[in-house]
Amino acid sequence: MLKIDTEKCTGCKICEKVCPFGAIVVVDNIAQIQDNCTLCGACVNSCPVEALSIERKPVPKEELDKFSGIFIWGECEEKNERIVPKKVVRELLAQGRKLADRLDQDLTVVFLGDGKLTGLETLITYGADRIMRCQHKLLGNFTTDSFTNVISAVISKERPSVFLFGATPHGRELAPRVAARLHLGLTADCTGLEIDEKGELIQTRPAFGGNIMASIVSPYTRPQMATVRPNVFSFVEPDNSRKGEIQDFDVILSPSAIRTKVVAMERLSDEREVSIEDADIIVSAGKGCQKKENLKLIQELADALGGVTAGSRAIVELDWIPHTKQVGQSGLTVGPQLYIAVGISGAIQHLVGMSSAKTIIAINKDPDAPIFKVADLGIVGDAMDILPVLIRDLKK
Amino acid sequence: MIADRYNKISVNLRRSVAEKLVKMKILICVKQVPEITDVKINPETGTLIREGVDSILNPFCEYAVEMGLELERHYGDIETVAISMGPPQASSALIRCLEMGVDRATLLADMRFAGSDTWATAFTLAQAIRAMEGDFDLILVGKQAIDGDTAQVGPELSEILGIPQIMYAVSVELTGNKKKIRAKREIETGNEIMEIKLPGLVSLSKGPMIRSVSSFKEILDARKKELRVATASDLNIDENELGLGGSLTQVVKIFPPQVKKTGKLVDGSEPQGAAKKLIGFLRERKFV
Ligand SMILES: Cc1cc2nc3c(=O)[nH]c(=O)nc-3n(C[C@H](O)[C@H](O)[C@H](O)COP(=O)(O)OP(=O)(O)OC[C@H]3O[C@@H](n4cnc5c(N)ncnc54)[C@H](O)[C@@H]3O)c2cc1C
Ligand SMILES: Nc1ncnc2c1ncn2[C@@H]1O[C@H](COP(=O)(O)O)[C@@H](O)[C@H]1O
Repeated sequence: MLKIDTEKCTGCKICEKVCPFGAIVVVDNIAQIQDNCTLCGACVNSCPVEALSIERKPVPKEELDKFSGIFIWGECEEKNERIVPKKVVRELLAQGRKLADRLDQDLTVVFLGDGKLTGLETLITYGADRIMRCQHKLLGNFTTDSFTNVISAVISKERPSVFLFGATPHGRELAPRVAARLHLGLTADCTGLEIDEKGELIQTRPAFGGNIMASIVSPYTRPQMATVRPNVFSFVEPDNSRKGEIQDFDVILSPSAIRTKVVAMERLSDEREVSIEDADIIVSAGKGCQKKENLKLIQELADALGGVTAGSRAIVELDWIPHTKQVGQSGLTVGPQLYIAVGISGAIQHLVGMSSAKTIIAINKDPDAPIFKVADLGIVGDAMDILPVLIRDLKK
Repeated sequence: MIADRYNKISVNLRRSVAEKLVKMKILICVKQVPEITDVKINPETGTLIREGVDSILNPFCEYAVEMGLELERHYGDIETVAISMGPPQASSALIRCLEMGVDRATLLADMRFAGSDTWATAFTLAQAIRAMEGDFDLILVGKQAIDGDTAQVGPELSEILGIPQIMYAVSVELTGNKKKIRAKREIETGNEIMEIKLPGLVSLSKGPMIRSVSSFKEILDARKKELRVATASDLNIDENELGLGGSLTQVVKIFPPQVKKTGKLVDGSEPQGAAKKLIGFLRERKFV
């Protein structure tokens, strides 16, 4: 329950402004809580004098069973000047559909935006039963503070049994904030999701750089929360006969809730090029390419195959490519149909970012290079000699 | 044990406002991790084989330490404190921090902390910070710890403490009379410069070049610095909020990953032949 320390409360009304449900009113310079408080916690952080606190008691099993519905965060990105759902949302929908059917519950996808959200209906064809729109002028750009407030409000009001986020950079900064605010268990970067015979969500994920797998449950809290690694689950073909509904969720947000300020932004990725996360064919370069000029060959090979280029962290550090093209633990996870690794040794930090590619080809002059352990075809040789011939023959 | 003589914990070390005005305090949360490339699983028992696995300071935490020290070198008048929760052996990770130049360190070591998930870890760290370092200005963490790779402890910690965060930073500077921090951070499409008011938390995804060995002088200096060990009793924390019992997630099974069948290795010493084989393979898989 939400507690107010009346000694500390100064009646400043900040909590009144940030409460997403209008559940706090300040009377006689002291905040008062109304019956419609959902314990979403938005006020606790905003209080400048720490007068608000929430005591969360463990929830008994019967209570947990009342939580129902599979929810997905519909993360969006800008593409060709339009705001569209990321590919991972379709992957989550396909996986979420299976969980929803198994539990006989609904599948809802939650979108946050500033009113420019269009074309969301198509997500019904990818498996959603319900699209929930949260629109507010302060939700045009992602901020951890505003998105945490709104998602926490949605969870507190809707009480879903499962809430999934893409394990994207934004997903991985948002989900733990929501989890900590609502005191929920959270599993990071899952690659497997299943419902067991008790109806619990079994969340499977790699640990120790992919050397072992762990299956994890959240037995005491609902919703069961997980971030899910992009490019692991495939999405389904759209089914135009599916029916669903669109619902609006009322959002109350005040500018004071947002504590981050973006001072400048620098775009490094080419807007016209497909991002490496979405690409079907990737030609990736490592330090074995020897000098920056040789990346010409990598680009030519990618062009010949209709793919995009990427690289290891070693060449990001050499400033040969921007970090937006880095594959691996401190870069991006990719899952293309075809990944060609040229002069990449295959350090574990690189492998975790690309081993879910369907087909892997590696060219390396060291027969013991670890990259060969995951390659479907390994060519032991000097890539700088092989590539020119390969490109010439491909163009024929 | 080195730490014993520091083992008297005062309830709250909140310093006077006057002193606070001149000296800024940066907390750096660090974790000791196994060198992951060596970790294997026993296929019969499903347990980790830890023998012969070296322990290191998590590389992303090392970036956080270097970043804290860089701020200290650049702006002066900054106290840097490393904090870690872990078994007694984890003191070696903190000694490394002291050798790198951190002013003092605290190890939260207690059997009762064992089995903590990210929530229990973040909560324990938060309670320790509240009890012992409540007047901090900035917390630096690594983007992720390479054992679990969860990247959750940072944001959970900042949420529990009620402070704003900047994730995935690669460089930082203090602005607004040291009342704000501005960080360049990596985002999917490029870079973003973001600013927050302090106190706040920043996670590091890359950092300045790390010197892998410490000098003899640094090692000697480190021995003179404070390395304190605190236990659960030193924190304002309920027994059942700790460790496995305080965790909200539970590991039910550990198993080895499916090994991918390795493909064939072909000799590519002759470029013509190599290109031919490669194109044949691409045709077979219908890529061309
Ligand atoms: C905390 C942390 C996070 C990291 N995150 C990432 C990450 O996200 N992504 C990542 O990639 N790395 C990451 N790394 C770095 C990783 O450990 C490796 O250092 C890096 O991947 C090596 O890059 P490389 O394979 O290009 O270079 P190298 O390891 O130098 O390998 C070059 C390879 O090229 C081969 N070669 C040389 N010449 C030729 C030639 N003419 N023809 C063919 N082959 C040739 C060599 O045999 C060698 O195998 C991380 C490291 C740390 C500590
Ligand atoms: N036991 C711990 N003690 C101190 N800091 C930690 C601990 N676990 C995680 N952290 C911090 O949180 C970051 C992210 O860790 P993780 O969420 O485990 O991937 C690490 O880089 C550390 O800065």
